[in-house]
This record gives sequence, C-alpha cells and structure tokens, in this order.
Amino acid sequence: MATVYLPSGFAQFTGGVESVAIEAPRVAELLAALRTRFPALADQLDEMAVAIDGTIYAEPGYQPLRADSDVHLVPRIAGG
Amino acid sequence: MSERTFEVVGTRPVRHDGVDKVTGRAAYGADANWPGMLHGALLRSPHAHARIVSIDTRAAAAAPGVKAVLIGADLPDTHATISLGEAAMDVRDMSHNLMARDKVVYHGQPVAAVAATTLDAAREALGRIVVQYEVLTPVLTVDEALAPGAPLLHDDLVTKGAAVGPKTGTNLAGRYEFKRGDVAAGFQEADTIVEREFRTATVHQGYIEPHACIARCGEDGRAVVWCSTQGPFVVRDATAAIAGLDAAHVKVIPSEIGGGFGGKIVVYLEPIAVALSRKAQRPVKMVMSRDEVFRATGPTSGTKVHVRIGARRDGTIVAARVSLWYEAGAFRGSPVGAGAMCALAPYTIPNFFIDAHDVVVNKPKVAAYRAPGSPMAMFAVESVIDEIARELKMDPIDLRLKNAAAEGDQAAYGPKFGPIGLRAVLDAAKRHPHWSAPVGPNQGRGFALGFWFNGGMNSAATITLGADGSAAVFTGNPDIGGTRAAQAMMVAEELGVDVDRVRPTVADTDTAGYTDVTGGSRVCFATGMAVIQAAQEVREELKRRAAKMWNVAPEQVTWERGRVLPPAGAKDAKSGADAQPLTVAQIAARMTHTGGPIVGRAALYAPMAGPGFGAHICDLEVDPETGRSRVVRYTALQDVGKAVHPSYVEGQIQGGAAQGIGWALNEEYVYNRDGVMENAGFLDYRMPVASDLPFIDTVIVEVPNPLHPYGVRGVGEVPIVPPLGAVANAMRSATGIRFTELPLSPPRVLEQIAGVDARREGRPGTVAVGA
Amino acid sequence: MKLHINTTINGEPAEFLCDGHETLVSALRNTLGLTGTKEGCSTGDCGACSVLLDGRLVPSCLVLAPEAHGRSITTIEGIASGDTLHPLQRVFLEDAALQCGVCTPGFIIAAKALLDANPNPTEAQARFWLAGNLCRCTGYDKIIRAVLDTAATMNEAAAV
Repeated sequence: MATVYLPSGFAQFTGGVESVAIEAPRVAELLAALRTRFPALADQLDEMAVAIDGTIYAEPGYQPLRADSDVHLVPRIAGG
Repeated sequence: MSERTFEVVGTRPVRHDGVDKVTGRAAYGADANWPGMLHGALLRSPHAHARIVSIDTRAAAAAPGVKAVLIGADLPDTHATISLGEAAMDVRDMSHNLMARDKVVYHGQPVAAVAATTLDAAREALGRIVVQYEVLTPVLTVDEALAPGAPLLHDDLVTKGAAVGPKTGTNLAGRYEFKRGDVAAGFQEADTIVEREFRTATVHQGYIEPHACIARCGEDGRAVVWCSTQGPFVVRDATAAIAGLDAAHVKVIPSEIGGGFGGKIVVYLEPIAVALSRKAQRPVKMVMSRDEVFRATGPTSGTKVHVRIGARRDGTIVAARVSLWYEAGAFRGSPVGAGAMCALAPYTIPNFFIDAHDVVVNKPKVAAYRAPGSPMAMFAVESVIDEIARELKMDPIDLRLKNAAAEGDQAAYGPKFGPIGLRAVLDAAKRHPHWSAPVGPNQGRGFALGFWFNGGMNSAATITLGADGSAAVFTGNPDIGGTRAAQAMMVAEELGVDVDRVRPTVADTDTAGYTDVTGGSRVCFATGMAVIQAAQEVREELKRRAAKMWNVAPEQVTWERGRVLPPAGAKDAKSGADAQPLTVAQIAARMTHTGGPIVGRAALYAPMAGPGFGAHICDLEVDPETGRSRVVRYTALQDVGKAVHPSYVEGQIQGGAAQGIGWALNEEYVYNRDGVMENAGFLDYRMPVASDLPFIDTVIVEVPNPLHPYGVRGVGEVPIVPPLGAVANAMRSATGIRFTELPLSPPRVLEQIAGVDARREGRPGTVAVGA
Repeated sequence: MKLHINTTINGEPAEFLCDGHETLVSALRNTLGLTGTKEGCSTGDCGACSVLLDGRLVPSCLVLAPEAHGRSITTIEGIASGDTLHPLQRVFLEDAALQCGVCTPGFIIAAKALLDANPNPTEAQARFWLAGNLCRCTGYDKIIRAVLDTAATMNEAAAV
C-alpha cells in the first residue's frame, strides 16, 4: 500500500489525519480514493502536485505507484 | 549513473544564432512591421483603486486615423483557467488585468485601447476618451491590506487553502501551512534562539526589451500573432480565451526575446492587438514604453517574512517558525507557497511550522520572476542562520554543513531528497580561496545559500536529417540564453555530427509539438531530454538503413560515435564487397534508396528536474560617509548536474547573481500615498550597471541528476536566490548592523550607521539622514 | 509638414522624411528599416539604441531625426566590413558575451566608441564607459571580458 502524506494545512479537511495508506496502482486511483475518503479535500487536490518517492510531477495522473511508494502532496510550483 | 564521457557536451561552441545577434539582424518583438499595419495604444488608469462610472469613447472613435476602439465590455468574461505551463491562472483575472471592467485595481491598469494609422494618432485619440472614476482608497502593503476594515480589492475574493478567519470579505487570497514535529517542544531544546522580521520591496524583472507584438485577425476569425514571449503556447491559449477566439484559429510566432526572467509568460498586449485587429481588419502593432513596463507588468512581490530559529550550542537546529506574507498585486497568486517550501529547504529541521499568506494589494499583478518566491524567504532565513552562527561563534559554512540536507533526508517541503549537491557546494565554498582571503577596511564578507525546484513539464522535438548528413532540430522554446546551441550540441553528441552542421530552430505553435514555457530552468532539462530522445530515434533509423544496405538484421549492426558498424562477414548488398563502417553522411546520402527521409521525433512529459542548490560569497565595501556600498568580490558556486555549454551556464549564474545583488542593494518600487509608482524609469529604478559590479567568479559543481540522461539539473533560477542573504550578511560583517529591510540603499544604510554612532557616543535618539 | 533629411548612414548616402519631433531611433527603425538598433527605454538610460553620430557615441532615442541632416551615422548594421565581422562581434561570440542579445548591438557600438578613443582600456575604464548600457542577463562579466579581449586582439594585430 502506498503511504500518502497530506500537507499539515489540510488538517481541517481531513479531520486531522496527516497520512493515510491507500492501495492504488496509479496516482489517479489514489487521488480518487482520497476524494472519497475526504470529500472536503477534493477542491484542494486540484491545485496540488504529487511527489512519488521523491520525484515531483505537476500533472501526475497516470504515474504508476509501487506497493511501498511514499506519496507527498505538495503545492504546485511555478518557475520563472 | 555510469560515468559517461562526452565529446560535445561540456565544450563551448559559438552559438548558432550568434551572428544574427551581433549584427542586428535578429528580429525581436518590435522589429516586425506588416503591410497596412495600425498602431495600438492603451489608456491607463490614473488611479490605483477606483470604480469606473462611465467610459465615453465616441470622440476617440471619430478622431483622424482611428480605426478601432476597445474597452473591457468588448471582451468576453470567462472564468476558464488555462495552464501557464507550471501553474494555472484564471483567465478572468488575466483578462481584467490587461483591460479593466467595472473597477481599476492598480495605477496603470488599461481601461481602453485605440488602433490608428500612426502612433501619434492613436495617442492623440486616447486623450479624447472620457472616463469617470469614483476614486477609492488604495491598500499598498500587506499590513494595510489585512488591517480590520481595509478597503477590499475584490468583493468576491475567497481565501484559498487553510484559512483561519472568515474566507470572504478579505484581501487574503490564500493561506498555506507546512509543519513537522512539535515546534514548542523544539524551541525548549534550543540554547539560542534568533528571531527577526524582514521586508523586501517590490522589484521588477527588468528585461531590456519592452513587451511588443503584432497581430492580425481576419474576416474568418483566424489570428496570427508575432510576439516576444517565453511561452508561445500560453500566448495562443490565453489570447484565444481573452479575445474570444477558438484557439484552433490562433497561431503564435515567437520572435527573438530580449529577456524575460518569468515576466514574459502571461499576456498583456496580444489579446488586445488581436481584438483591435478583428475590429479594424488590419494588422495591429503594440509596443510598450518602459514606463508601461514598470507600472503594469511583472514585478515580483513586496514581502514581510518573520523568522524564529532555535539551535543547540553545537549548532544543531532544533526548531523553526516562519511566517510569510507576499503581495500578489491586484489579483490573487503571489509565489508565497513556493517561498514557504524553499525557506527551510537546505536544512534538516525536526520541528517547524510555516504559514504563508497571499495578499492582494493595489499594485500591478505580480508575475513570475526567476525562482519565484524563493529569494525573499531565503533572504530572511539565511540572515537568521548568519546571526545564529555569530551567537554560537561558528563558521557560517560549518553551521550550514552541520544541518545540511543530504540524499535520503526528508525535505522540509515533504518528499525525500534524491542525490543532491548541497554538501558538495558547501565543501567547494569552504575550500574556495575567496572564503579564506583577507577582508579589507570597511569591508565585510557574507555567505548565503539558495534553493530552487527546477521544472519539467511538456516538451517535444523533431530532427530531420539532410542528404548531406547535416541535421535540423526544432522545438517550441524561444531561445533566451543559448538553448539553441545546447540543443544542437545534444544532437551532435548523439549523432556524432559536427555541431556546426546542426541547425537549431525555434518553431511556431503550428509547427512545434506542444511545449511549455522557456522558464522554470526547464529547457535544457526537459526539452533537452526530448531532443536527445529524438536524436536516438534518428540513430536507430540509421542503423536500420545500414542494415538494409548490408542485408542484415538491424540487431546485428552496432553504433559507434557517428558510424554504424557491420557484423563480421557482412557484404554491401549492391557491390558485394566487404561491408565497411558507414558514417551518418554516407547513410543519409542513400536515404532515398533505403526508405526515404529520416526524421526523429520525441515528445514527453518530464517530472520536475529536482533540487538545485547554490552558495554565494560576497565581499561588500561600505562607505561610512555616504552609506553607499559596493560589491568588491563575488563568488557563486552551484550544483548544475551537468553543464552542457559551460559558458552559458556561467552566464546564467553571473546574470542571476547580478539581479540578486540589484535586489539587495538598490532596486525597489517607490510608491506615493496614492499608489502611484514614482520611479518608473531605468534612471530612478537603478538596476546594476557595469561599473557597479566586479567580475563574478563561478564554480560549477556537477552532481548528476538521475532523471536526465546527461545528468542535467537546470541552472537559471537558483543563482538569484543567494545574493539577498549574502549581501545582507556581508553588510552585517562590514557595519555590525543586521539590516532586515531591502534594498540596502545608501540612505537606509547611512541612517542606521548614524543611529549606531549616536548610541555609541551616548547621544540621545538617532540621526536620520536622507530618509 | 514633413522634413526632408539628407544624411550618411554606414557610409552610404541616405535620405528620409520625418516629423520635426521624431527621434532618430524611430527614423532608423521605422522609416529606414534598420531595426538592429533597439529601443529599451526612450529616455537615454539603457543604451540599447546606441549609435555613432559623426563618430560620437549617442543614444539615438535622445537625438531628433532632423539632427541627422548633413551628419554621418554608424549603426550596428555598419560595423562588419563586407563578410568579415568586426573583432568586437567575433569576440562577443567566442566569449559568449550575450544571452538574450537585445542589448548586444548597443554594447558593440558603445565598445567600438571606447576602443576608437582608447585602444587599451583598463577594466575600470571599460566598466565606466559601458555604464550607460544596461544588460540584465549577463551580470556584465563576459561583456567586459570580451571588450578587454578584443582590445588585446586588435593591439596584437596592429603590432604585427
């Protein structure tokens, strides 16, 4: 199961949960599971990038996950 | 990554677009003139905050030479969002930013546009437009904007993210939090705690070429735009959305670009030029003045950053508390989130809490500026780290080494670091002769780190081979600083052809595959990766063609730097002689007979290139009589992963350092109480000139990035981050004074020096000079 | 009422019509099609529009077009001789002294004026002479090196 770490600022949308284990083959399924579990989080997820085992993807939809992947939701970064 | 030896990468060929640029032939935004073109001009708001009661354009429309007049009501109002490459932006905000509707929210915001047969006629007509305003009180700082009862910029603004108070009826556009561990408990463990509050001024990217475009829109609603931009595809999509066209009918041709630094990603002129052209049915050219560039384009945020850091006696940092407030300008979207994520990035800190606030104020909407958000946050943190080193009597580099993140550590912004060059950069700085050189009288030395995430995203590349074995490569990234040369070098590296026989081209939006902006330090990384893959595609095809000529299976042939080698015993199918190795040119010469043209293509979506770290050492000399300071020696060290063309890598580092030095020492938007910028020209804005700076020594550190075939990490943004802290820390060394507000302009420095002298001599109060 | 101006540009006789208030940079770029001269500020602060007027370095945004009458103007388009680049142009390329390139024509014109007046400048002299030309990309490092390298090259060539 991949472990998802949620930004602390999202505590108000997750009832204080900071990390959660989710079985998902790819990021898309993982985010869908998060939306189901934390409906209040749904709007926030649209503006997040996803770091999978240390590599950040701004548009991660179909990136595959390993069984023990560490997934961090991080704000999207815009460069200059 | 295995150690690869390179033939071309790491050399310094003359850039392919160079002769055009030293002879004046290269065509920039304002250099195009189309037959029958009109000149567009904008009427701009004289108020920083006002309601528009009415606009009467009848007299302007009737003026001699006027062919079209445009106001906000002529443009559609849409809430669509479009991708700016790395961030999404609300089209409505962008549209209102370039043409006000019912309200103006910064001084210089456009309220009407005119296209006429001459520029003089267009300007004359602007004077005939009558706008009635109901003037409102402007808010110009984050403190003013967040004060109870502050005038609101937008009645419908809702705070995004982790709001703590009411989410409506506010100028707080967003609030974000990052935390780890137990901050209160962490500070309990600290032997020393340093706490300061910092401010930085609004500053501009300062590209030398003002925004410029020429556009035509025909009877069929199809538009062609020639413009100076970092992102032709952004211009296409934004222009279509704002002008109300189908993006399928818009083609954008990027001109040469005279600097951008993030400020030429969003659009200001193009939708207006297209809309005017649609009305007039003639091409419309628009060129900004420098005054317009300052007042109504791209600055980056003025900021307030509060930092509290605690460390043990041995230098171990145990806790940090950081609060950031960034001005977004008149519409939401400051880079404060990135600032929050960069603030503590170099360090492993077990307990921290960061909150970040995006605040709208009556100033121009900020645009990306080189490592957007990082310089201000790291200025504050690096200043406090410097103070901790002083309190603990530790060498500033040793203190940083003690707390520096390494591979496998969890970054303050979340994920674990892969291989990073932070320690290598710190070690190189410590060993550098500059660090141990003596410091002269009235001089001080400062050190600071910088961090940036380097970008990835969409890139595409196409390579076509000529029958002579030369190659053309084209991508969709405007070349700001030598990327054509870098891409040609990658093709030469992969195909073994002379770099001089590779022709790199910047293609328009109908020709290139969708490509994200020239920005985010992404071009050499992501577009470079596409170019390398396309070249490898060509290589595979060359092997197939050679195999055909020898009548063997493609798997039997091998590639060896620019040649395909036959398997033992192979014969040339035509002559029957023993097969000889074939060069690219020999295979290309026969491509007509072996299957036709040889073309390689690649398109990809790259993850972010990953962390880049830099360290700068600054020697500052301060004149105690005038408060004027001068950088007398400067060394910039940076992990770039792999330098493809070292001269242009050095150039990026030197240019970023110079911009950061300007930010630290001189540059600022000076506003009057009405929200009018009082120094909207180069003379008074005062960017660094040649006589302000010494040579900027660079040290390129190469810790390969595993995400790129050559190890490229991206280089352009990191070097603007360290100078703010490095200069301020040097000022601290030179004067004994910790300055917490930038810029360190002579009046501000003199005032503080005078104050210290007054206190030293036991005189009451402080002596304010020049303030 | 347009004015009829007779002048010499890059060694060739030239004539054009202009309004009395038109700037020289506007006439060069818009009327004569010499767009190598860039306009960055229109207030004489950035040097992008540098040209030589009777051999003297001027920002062409602060010169009125009618002032060109009877004078001789050198622009970036007139720096190379035939198919041979001026040493400054060649060394700017070799030393990678440009990034975006928009300030480059002005720098080359200003540096030519410097080397015409002082064939062997010190670093400080080069920096102060070129302080009227803004570059935002390079931090001036490679530009100053290129100017000093060019001087050395030209002096060597002259000594042979």
